[in-house]
Amino acid sequence: MTDLDDRPAEPDLPEPYLEIDPYEKNWMRVSIVLLVAFAAAITVAGFAAGFQLPGPESRVDPRTLLDTEPWKTPGVFEVAEGEYEAYVVAQAWSFSPLEIVVPVGADVTIYVTSSDLQHGFKITDTNINMMVLPGQVSKLEYTFDEVGEFPYLCTEYCGQGHAAMYGRVTVLSQADYDARTADTEATDASGSEG
Amino acid sequence: MTLVDPELQTAAKPPYQLSPQERKFIGWHMIVAIAALFVGSLFGPLQAFEFSGLNLYQYIEPVFKSYYQGLTLHGVLNALVWTTFFIVGFTNLVVIKGLGRPLSHPKINLVGFWVMLIGLLMAAAPLLLNQATVLYTFYPPLKASWAFYLGLTLVVVGSWIEGVGFYLSMIAWRRDNKGVRSPFIAMAGVVNAAMWQIATLGIAIEILTMLLPWSLGLTDATDPQLARTYFWFTGHPLVYFWLLPAYISWYGMLPKQAGGKLFSDSLARLSFWMFLIVSVPVGFHHQFTDPGVPVVWKWIHAVLTYSVFFPSMLTAFTVIASLEYAARRRGGTGIIGWVRALPWNDPSVTSQLLAGILFMFGGVSGLTNASYNLNLVVHNTAWVPGHFHLTVATAVTMSFMGISYWLVPHITGKKLWNPKLAVAQAWVWFVGMIVFSNAMHMLGLLGAPRRTPLGEALYVPEEWEGHLLRVSIGGAILLVSLLMYVLVMLKTAIGPKADPADVPEVPIAESMRHPQLTPTWLDRFKPWLIVAGLLVVLSYGPQLVDQILNMDLNSPGTNFRPW
Repeated sequence: MTDLDDRPAEPDLPEPYLEIDPYEKNWMRVSIVLLVAFAAAITVAGFAAGFQLPGPESRVDPRTLLDTEPWKTPGVFEVAEGEYEAYVVAQAWSFSPLEIVVPVGADVTIYVTSSDLQHGFKITDTNINMMVLPGQVSKLEYTFDEVGEFPYLCTEYCGQGHAAMYGRVTVLSQADYDARTADTEATDASGSEG
Repeated sequence: MTLVDPELQTAAKPPYQLSPQERKFIGWHMIVAIAALFVGSLFGPLQAFEFSGLNLYQYIEPVFKSYYQGLTLHGVLNALVWTTFFIVGFTNLVVIKGLGRPLSHPKINLVGFWVMLIGLLMAAAPLLLNQATVLYTFYPPLKASWAFYLGLTLVVVGSWIEGVGFYLSMIAWRRDNKGVRSPFIAMAGVVNAAMWQIATLGIAIEILTMLLPWSLGLTDATDPQLARTYFWFTGHPLVYFWLLPAYISWYGMLPKQAGGKLFSDSLARLSFWMFLIVSVPVGFHHQFTDPGVPVVWKWIHAVLTYSVFFPSMLTAFTVIASLEYAARRRGGTGIIGWVRALPWNDPSVTSQLLAGILFMFGGVSGLTNASYNLNLVVHNTAWVPGHFHLTVATAVTMSFMGISYWLVPHITGKKLWNPKLAVAQAWVWFVGMIVFSNAMHMLGLLGAPRRTPLGEALYVPEEWEGHLLRVSIGGAILLVSLLMYVLVMLKTAIGPKADPADVPEVPIAESMRHPQLTPTWLDRFKPWLIVAGLLVVLSYGPQLVDQILNMDLNSPGTNFRPW
């Protein structure tokens, strides 16, 4: 592109210079301060206070996913006292498992991937919100401090059944959770006897 | 040796008038744009009504198969076709009128338009036949017909070809006017075309290297993560491609319409150069919740996104200052009271002022989206369409409607039909959008997903219901406004030729300071283009190289058509 040459300016015009109105200068200063403050806030919240986004975890092959552990048997597992890992598979048009049951106070690391299309995984009223892509494992951690039901919804369009694609995290009191666990074990035991 | 002063020059001879061919050429862009807006917007209310349980799609099912086909048409026609055709047509006008002479190679632009039109028709066929119900983001492995991808590519390539026509015209003008500042509106139009050309490389590579071969059966599968990275390389600057023509009008035309001048030619140019360099390196802020992008890159793009907010802050000041100057010249007084003295009886002005007011709120919700971890609260919720209906569907669309209120009469040689109805149309859109977008933002905060027929979803709690109803009401009001707009346009276009004195001129605002006083570094393309390229390489290079080297085409999608 042609650059402007350096011929002398028009005689009756002064030399060009950047003139900024004093009010506008102040407005620019305020804008910069505001944006720097925002940048500082997200940085502290993300890297010091632990409100973090998902990042690369691991990759999988969606074509063989359903034959591979742990995705073959999705569900929630206690890995240490009060610490849980949940493996969720998203597939048009349901989540597996449909329900994740944990006791109150559980620190749950959630791993999600897809065996077919892009999906979303957002747990209502929490900071868990992840894209679910075939080929990639998404991971976030959350501590459930309140008893209740927290639906997780598919938040990315994935075809005709998208609006029906949801499940829920059920957070039980420790007593209810223990009772439920005992129940399940009893059922399992009688099931294997029968 | 004295320079040719553009103002003295224009004082000496009347401004360049568009030739009949030029009017026709710009007019064809407008016809396609407004037709796309009309058809695309008819689907919007269908979605909005569905939210409160009134599913009208069942009655049109012989033709349109689903909510999602309607949503795809709404997104593609409104966000891609209405905007692109309007913008390219409008850029023809600002380059020709700004430079005060015809395009240097009008045949190039003619070819570009035809390529865009052929591309549009090619993409329209699968869209209408329910062979491309993939929404306007077409994330693989949702697989559309190859004709959809090829058509979209041609629309983009056509816009590039027209862009080349603009560059050549600008280069020729500068060769003939050495030492003279290029006229602001022409320079700004060319900056937008250049930014678009850099930005659309992402989508071009996505389609040509991954989606098109796959849809033609040449490859079996895709890499969805890499596809998203390519897509959002284009996807965010796309919004500035929409917005900058509105800014051209706000800076370079609206002050004239309001009876004033551009407050600062220098800062108007500075903000356009800033948009050129920081529009592109921000795309990861659409991928905050993606699994395959390292958090540090997301953070870098979040900070860069804040920097792109700065030129919009400059715009807010300069545009409001220009309007205040105009209003005070018209006798306006008071700290805020001067606003009343603006020409609110002019539909073009009213539409753009209301666009600007709602854009402030759109800017705030946009900052929220860009704020890294705060995005976890709103990503893929109804908040997001709530946000972009304030930006592209209000700031941009109402500005374009406002522009068309003088542009269509100007190029057809007619008088605007029923300006009072046109003023009312702007207010109705404003009110409808407040109702609609507020409800959408609320739904998003409560966790309602976007892109979902919430009327049929099984998980909708009672507390969403009031908001869902307000979405429907807002949609109905917007439909009324749309019909008013199309009626005014139609009646204007088919009306009788008007006395030339009654036909509006192209409003071009003078700046308060002589443009020759603007420093030369604010009128040079090369250094800014180099910085733009460098920033793209620095902000995207390492991640793109990494994702391409680790590309794994392992996602074939479903073995049935999912829609």
